[in-house]
Amino acid sequence: MAGTTNTSLRKGRKSTYGLLSPAILWLILFFVVPMATLLKIALSTKPDPWLPNYTFAWEWGNFSDAVSRFSSELYRSFGYAAVATVLCILIGYPLAYFLAFRAGKWRSLLLGLVMVPFFTSFLIRTIAWKTILGRNGPTIWFLEHAHLTGVTDFLRLTSNGSFLGTPQAVIGGLTYNFVAFMILPIYVSLEKIDINLLDAARDLYDVPAKAFRKIILPLSLPGVFAGTLLTFIPAAGDYINANLLGNANTTMIGSQIENLFLSESNYPAAAALSFIFMAIITAGVLVYARVLGTEELSA
Amino acid sequence: MSTPQAVQTSPITGPGTKPVIEIDHVSKEFADFTAVKDANFSIVEGEFFSMLGPSGCGKTTTLRMIAGFETPTSGAIRLQGEDVSRVPPNKRDVNTVFQQYALFPHMNVWDNVAYGPRAKKLPKEEVAKRVEELLGVVRLSDFATRRPGQLSGGQQQRVALARALVNYPKALLLDEPLGALDLKLRQGMQLELKRIQREVGITFVFVTHDQEEALTMSDRIAVMNVGNVEQIGSPREIYDHPASVFVAGFIGQANLWVAKVVERTGSTTTVEVAGRRLDVENDRSGLQVGETGTFMVRPERVHIDADAAHPERWTVAATITELVFQGPVVRYEARLADGSTVVAHVPARRDGLPIPGDVVKASWSDDACVLLPGVPAPTKSDTAADEA
Repeated sequence: MAGTTNTSLRKGRKSTYGLLSPAILWLILFFVVPMATLLKIALSTKPDPWLPNYTFAWEWGNFSDAVSRFSSELYRSFGYAAVATVLCILIGYPLAYFLAFRAGKWRSLLLGLVMVPFFTSFLIRTIAWKTILGRNGPTIWFLEHAHLTGVTDFLRLTSNGSFLGTPQAVIGGLTYNFVAFMILPIYVSLEKIDINLLDAARDLYDVPAKAFRKIILPLSLPGVFAGTLLTFIPAAGDYINANLLGNANTTMIGSQIENLFLSESNYPAAAALSFIFMAIITAGVLVYARVLGTEELSA
Repeated sequence: MSTPQAVQTSPITGPGTKPVIEIDHVSKEFADFTAVKDANFSIVEGEFFSMLGPSGCGKTTTLRMIAGFETPTSGAIRLQGEDVSRVPPNKRDVNTVFQQYALFPHMNVWDNVAYGPRAKKLPKEEVAKRVEELLGVVRLSDFATRRPGQLSGGQQQRVALARALVNYPKALLLDEPLGALDLKLRQGMQLELKRIQREVGITFVFVTHDQEEALTMSDRIAVMNVGNVEQIGSPREIYDHPASVFVAGFIGQANLWVAKVVERTGSTTTVEVAGRRLDVENDRSGLQVGETGTFMVRPERVHIDADAAHPERWTVAATITELVFQGPVVRYEARLADGSTVVAHVPARRDGLPIPGDVVKASWSDDACVLLPGVPAPTKSDTAADEA
């Protein structure tokens, strides 16, 4: 195997770049150029408050302005996304475990069911929740007739007899929309595990729960890691759930960026906020990857 | 052919006679089939015991019941006299070497081997002492910090052995542990396993479908077929005196003919085979005069002589139909006058070997003849395939 790798490498400086060139071109056109443009806008000033124009001026103050003006949205975005990610793990891990080890002949069907929501647009599904959970929707109707709104208020599922317009609703929407991105990578990593390892651990004097903690959990961490990235990053940047299921007190960073771009036409501020958001996520992911040290597991 | 009781061709032999594992009338039924039917035998201390049979014969299910991964439907399994039929595997003093080794891929060799002692909460120094000792026994001391993925198949195999043996179990259970290795390595590991077993003195219960492997390593073999234990005995007994047509065909190769018992005098039984009369000495088949059974001669006991008939052997004229050079031996197929085929394994020599078409004398001595109860399956009345 080493031999073939060597020859293909030796043969292929030129052909390797040749094969990569479409991807590199794509990356330059659709990533490097837009990012450079965005950075340029983020460093611009806005001379006329009523017009959507800007002039480049090395305006670093845009970044600090964005942080101080939108700090609560930043906190909220990462907070909601973190809670939703944890919920996704709590829901997704057992489900993935069941799919990988217990589902038997039902496995394909159940995996299909996990994917079924993707056949409908993300936006439409979220709007559907708005109808289902809304003031005039079936859930509230049922709760009111069953006189359970007091109970759900107490459990913090509703506030003043309403599901919508609460942080819980936004977090619930995020969890619902992204849980599949947690289930699938965890399922893939669990499915690769030789089930005989559990027998081996039991044979070596561990009860199943301990065997799970010492064998299955560490071996499935790469899946949890991938699932967390796939869930946390889009959840933090999401604004559909916040706009449709929340209220003015639950706006997330995505809604603010949208506002700045579309309503205020303040392109420099919007671009600066986008950049800060990306920087925080990138830093967070690097720290997370270092802490979990997943490369070590693949050996 | 299915015998309800396993034929014990000899009393329990082996280094000791104290039973470690007793399989007491154990049956295992799954939803749609019976995997093990009334298995009843015991395995003694320090013995290398093999369960041999084709796939689906119940050998692995029996092993998994001893390990605790399956629960018998009826009967009891006793470990040093104590009924463990319903004790979970983590509370049983036996350890398993799994077919695909099942090493923990995220732990290095040392941690893999230390898994059991740590789970048992042995003191640190004791864990270290045992792990070092066993890594020495399997000759992997230099590989302690490697991950299983960085080891060869043979090395992984030895890690699996060390990981099980480090617990000093009452018996070590091995589920086709050599199946994944190539032939050369497998033969090396067979001897290595024997050496390790002698060194640690622990009872080995070995499951295999490879008759040669079982013959090479075992003190005793239980031959199993479709859930039944057909015969238990030393390799020699099982080979020389198979208790059934199945055993005769599964262990090595055999020439089989339908035979009718016509006379019994003293230790000699006279049978009629293919229209001729033959004497069988010390028959153990239990067939009565007038009953039909199977007459067996091993191919390596058949002589093929081009020239004269041997005076002390039973001789028949045959026409060579096929000659296969197999290295140390030449495999002949020859047709007898009645149309049946006889297979002979003849030591390869440089010259003087008959070739297909030659009419030769096929012969064997009286002590090569064995009489078996039951009749051979019609489709393979001449030889049974050698299960590799």
